[in-house]
Amino acid sequence: MANMITTENVRFEYGTNSGSAKLALDDININIAKGEFVAILGHNGSGKSTLAKHFNALLLPGAGTVYVKEMNTKNEKLLWDIRQTAGMVFQNPDNQIVATIVEEDVAFGPENLGIPPLEIRRRVDDSIKTVDMTEYAKHSPHLLSGGQKQRVAIAGIIAMKPECIILDEPTALLDPVGRKEVLNTIIKLNKEEGITIILITHYMDEAIQADRIYVMKNGKIIMEGKPKDVFKEVETVKAAGLDVPQVTELSHRLNREGLQLSPDILTVEEMVVELCRLK
Amino acid sequence: MIKDITIGQYIPGDTAVHNLDPRIKIIITFVFITLLFLVGNYFSYLYIIAFMGLAIGLSKISLKFIAKGLKPLIVIIVLTVILNAFMTQGEVIYRIWGLSITKEGLYQAGFMGLRLIFLITGASLLTLTTSPIALTDGIEKLLNPLKRIGVPAHELAMMMTIALRFIPTLLEETDKIMKAQMARGADFETGNLINRARAMVPLLVPLFISAFRRADELALAMEARCYRGGEKRTRMKQLKLEFRDYSAMMIIAVFCFLVIWSR
Repeated sequence: MANMITTENVRFEYGTNSGSAKLALDDININIAKGEFVAILGHNGSGKSTLAKHFNALLLPGAGTVYVKEMNTKNEKLLWDIRQTAGMVFQNPDNQIVATIVEEDVAFGPENLGIPPLEIRRRVDDSIKTVDMTEYAKHSPHLLSGGQKQRVAIAGIIAMKPECIILDEPTALLDPVGRKEVLNTIIKLNKEEGITIILITHYMDEAIQADRIYVMKNGKIIMEGKPKDVFKEVETVKAAGLDVPQVTELSHRLNREGLQLSPDILTVEEMVVELCRLK
Repeated sequence: MIKDITIGQYIPGDTAVHNLDPRIKIIITFVFITLLFLVGNYFSYLYIIAFMGLAIGLSKISLKFIAKGLKPLIVIIVLTVILNAFMTQGEVIYRIWGLSITKEGLYQAGFMGLRLIFLITGASLLTLTTSPIALTDGIEKLLNPLKRIGVPAHELAMMMTIALRFIPTLLEETDKIMKAQMARGADFETGNLINRARAMVPLLVPLFISAFRRADELALAMEARCYRGGEKRTRMKQLKLEFRDYSAMMIIAVFCFLVIWSR
């Protein structure tokens, strides 16, 4: 499969007020294929948001290289192509909506790309429909719920026809209903539209939906693999300051008590099947 | 108190006036205001009243609402009338405490009063019937030719849009901070002016900090969405002049002619 995003030995340092530099990313090598759904997990300050900003040239690596579909993010001439290919959704929906009407905001991206008006109209209607916000198209964004606002923000990115969407903790400020809405939208985009998804999060139940997980700690990738394989290593995940999904935790403890359960249980359904087999 | 000010409010509707091209509405408002200063006698005001009546009638905005818009400015209007009545030289008709009202003064006072009233009504009719977003679009398009002499038309319009977008967000935030400070014993309501102003500091500081953070994040999000200023930018909604826009221009032209001719 073709590569969507590749990083080679990426390092990044933040200058701090005291003059010393803080190493935020340390020798990151990752490879994300086209059409994949990848989650990047990490505790606060693990460098996951910093890494996300490298994927569409909002930040440039101090050392090493980032490629977005073979385009080097250091090449300034390709900047707008890169940002169109890799769209980004941020944490706070309030601070990324520009216009006073939902459809005007969705049109903001395509307008920036200089697309003809009729084509913008078509894209805006399609994108709003994809995120199920058609009945709110003429509403004012500040009257919407957090989940709805975040879906508007996602629509604004889809309207630019990206091949990859990076979501930087898109559900961190939402209530459980809003989180579910947004997560369902993300999964739909990946499965139905074939858009590559990179989800930065610290919610385990979101990460298990992904095809693959990277776990970060102190600016380094410490684990990589399928959700089942990653969460099997309960101790390592916990050492990174993260929790494993509740069910996985339960099976881990049951195993310690002497029950013979598979270590890679992620959902309640799998747990039920496994427990029934015991008898 | 903020709710009482009707100037600058927008009342949604689907009338001939609402649907006019915002550029035309802005131009007509400016022509109308200029025309007010060209009015030469009371008779000409009949034309102005006719035009205002036509516009208000078509816009289906109640006269009561427009009258409410005049309320906060009533002091200025009354003051203007009184000053004009007393300060104009001419044939004295009444004396009070050494001041005299003249015939010419009364004539002038009524004249100025009417001018002010129509000025305010005309300007508020524009904002009452045009959504902020349409108004911004109109201003951007009208300023476009001035780009060549360095007027940043697109940037101004973008600033207005963002300001409008964030007014409700920041109001909500102010309310939240106020409640948080009140929960910790802050008092915003009692004391003299200085004490009350001082009480505002713990409200304003967090509000400003958060506004700056929001601005920072918004700039990042805009950049991520390929915003690079007005260049090469297209718009989803194109403004196009239609039959009703041309008719509106004809109507204002006729009134211009009538007012100037009757001077």
